[in-house]
Amino acid sequence: MNDYRYDNQTVQGFILSAIFWGVVGILVGLLISVQLWAPAANFAPYLTYGRLRPVHTNGLAFGLGAGVIFGLTYYIVMRLCGRPLVFPKLARVQLWIFNVAIAAAAVSLMMGYTQSNEYAELEWPLDIGVVILWVMFAVNVFATIIKRRDEQMYVSLWYIIATVIAIAVLYIVNNLSIPAGGMKSYHLFAGVNSANVEWWYGHNAVGFLFTTPFLAMFFYFMPKSLNLPLYSHRLSILAFWSLVFGYLWTGAHHLVYSPLPDWIQTLGIVFTLFLIAPSWGSVINGYYTVGADWSKMKTNYLTKFFIMAITFYGLQTVQGPTQGLRVVSQLIHYTDWVPGHVHMGTMGWVTLTACASIYYVIPKIHGTAIYSEKIANIHFWLVMVGQLLFSVTMWITGIQQGAMWKATNADGTLKYTFVETLSKNYPYWHTRTLAGVIFTVGMLFFIYNVLMTIRQGRARSAAAAAA
Amino acid sequence: MAGEIYKKPITLALMATVAILIGSVVTMAYPMLRADMHPKLETLKPFTALQLAGRDIYQREGCVGCHTQTVRPLPSEVARYGDYSKAGEFAYDHPFLWGSKRTGPDLAREGGLRPDGWHYQHYANPQALFPKSNMPSYGWLKGRPLDPAEVAAHLNALGMVHPELKADLAAVRAQLAGKDELDALVAYTQQLGHAVARRQGGVADLTLENPLAHDTQAVVLGKKLFLENCSACHGDEGQGTEGVAPSLIDDAFLGEKGDLPDGAYYALISGGSDAKPIAGRKGDPGGGMTAFGGQLKKDEIWSLITWLRNQKAHEAAEGHDVPPAEKGAKPEKPEKQEKK
Repeated sequence: MNDYRYDNQTVQGFILSAIFWGVVGILVGLLISVQLWAPAANFAPYLTYGRLRPVHTNGLAFGLGAGVIFGLTYYIVMRLCGRPLVFPKLARVQLWIFNVAIAAAAVSLMMGYTQSNEYAELEWPLDIGVVILWVMFAVNVFATIIKRRDEQMYVSLWYIIATVIAIAVLYIVNNLSIPAGGMKSYHLFAGVNSANVEWWYGHNAVGFLFTTPFLAMFFYFMPKSLNLPLYSHRLSILAFWSLVFGYLWTGAHHLVYSPLPDWIQTLGIVFTLFLIAPSWGSVINGYYTVGADWSKMKTNYLTKFFIMAITFYGLQTVQGPTQGLRVVSQLIHYTDWVPGHVHMGTMGWVTLTACASIYYVIPKIHGTAIYSEKIANIHFWLVMVGQLLFSVTMWITGIQQGAMWKATNADGTLKYTFVETLSKNYPYWHTRTLAGVIFTVGMLFFIYNVLMTIRQGRARSAAAAAA
Repeated sequence: MAGEIYKKPITLALMATVAILIGSVVTMAYPMLRADMHPKLETLKPFTALQLAGRDIYQREGCVGCHTQTVRPLPSEVARYGDYSKAGEFAYDHPFLWGSKRTGPDLAREGGLRPDGWHYQHYANPQALFPKSNMPSYGWLKGRPLDPAEVAAHLNALGMVHPELKADLAAVRAQLAGKDELDALVAYTQQLGHAVARRQGGVADLTLENPLAHDTQAVVLGKKLFLENCSACHGDEGQGTEGVAPSLIDDAFLGEKGDLPDGAYYALISGGSDAKPIAGRKGDPGGGMTAFGGQLKKDEIWSLITWLRNQKAHEAAEGHDVPPAEKGAKPEKPEKQEKK
């Protein structure tokens, strides 16, 4: 009989750490959303928009995102391999290093230590810390998979294996730099080459941090919590291989109309369109799995989390390729449309998948039920409203901005000065902050629900021990 | 597909690695071997110690989060900012700072567009120049010292791949003497885009006459446009700002109509400092006058000229700014002409 108790505590440790960093990241996000319409809210050098924006993105990508990935991947790997982790102590040490590293990362970014590459801002000493964390993770994941008790590997394990490999390659290559001091380095690559490497990394950090590990969660926790078999194994195979093959070609769609050679841009755009196929393969697999019994929408509160998560994934993966097209890019690139796009993926797909998975895992670990389905439902609707308000508002202002930038008079002169185009954003920026507040309140309901479930579980096991 | 590999994790991992590497090699690694990924314009100059110190501050403060540094080859973009960005402009950029979001304007062509004094004022208080701007103040950089040892170390780190950047501490110390962080940031800002010739927006036809010279509405519009576009440097009345930009209404600058013909005046506003030789002006062609040709319509530029000439006449009538040597030449009285 397997004893998962020690490893479960590690899993829960990662989940709670991720939630903590998630709160930090979301609050920083709220503050920088205010700074965009109230420059006086840049209170001190270490609290200016320029320094806090990477705290927001890194805090959520690596604090919340990687924390959830570590915790839930371990949970999935143990269940699918039919055994506890091979190195339980290593995972626990990893949990501590993870928290120290994220704290150090946040402080260093606020102090202005940055490489200036998006999602790769952390300076070289922290990069080394990240690589060590990832190696610890990889060792445990691969050792446990190799020593598994179930011969057949389920689709979630494939996505986990691809994630571990791809992130390692991406992170190491893009962080190659020339050290110039204790907390200063220069990208090894210059100019167009630097841009090409960075967006090869940047786009695939999204792919292999926010897509493949969350697909692993989706394909494990969705069928599990709904008690329905996966619709198509064959479709998973097709989607998996075409996704991991196609993703790495697409970084240049971030550099459309830049000085990067055209052929790389075009290749990036073409493969971005190609990616619709595997993405929608997963969407169809998700829908048809629930399609076996749509009454689950009424009877199981987690169904709507998973269905909306995969719906946002589907929308995101159509909107993204559309944006890559030159004719669309020239209108919306560099505008607020882009944060609208990003936040549909992160606040929609990633958050809903992570929250639903955590709602499943925490009661399982404690042998109890969720504290309150009603609170979970309130959480769901607040997060949905907040996210949609955020994204739709940003799409509107993005199109307006792009159109005003492009507007010319009959004689070819510009219709608007830059400040005129900027001043029209304020109402939308106010609305975005409101959307962020609604989303944050929703997440507070989630956190309360998780903490009360843990408390309920502890009370139950204490009572069982006493009996 | 055979189901066997889903029972063999090592094989699966190797196949996934190959799948991942194909796209990476074609779009990321292979291009590095090509010359078109390492272009360098002959006009591109390496960073000086002060400029690199400024770039480090630009990086530190996350300016790249709101400002791009790449002009796209789109007509509206070229009209707004200037020539589109060339790959060979960025050979010393480790990393590239093109950015991905334009909360503020693109800065690829910002260098030399405005005088230093404008930047000092703008960094200290952006809202004083643009009331609706959402840029935070960076006045706190003023007085913060630069560390020559640090800057020299940074130059020498880059010198490992660009030997021309190598510098010794004494030279760096000399270059940074008396300079603070704000000086460095301004120096960096002012070299942006230096490798590409600035926009030539002036008209060569100096015989043009102002079609709106006697238009009352042009005076009103000209004043409004002046306050929006010009007063940040040239003062609310066109009287100039010490150390930033000259007065536009004293005879030294404006002269009489014969001295600065309408066509030349138009060329100066439309083409900025670059148009000075065309307009036959003695001033510094490398000066900081912005070329407004892409931003203002023809009628708007003529309206500005109408207002400025009116302003000049107005000041002269009040007895200001009429140097003794020029007393003989009577300024025009646009007030009268407007009534026609």
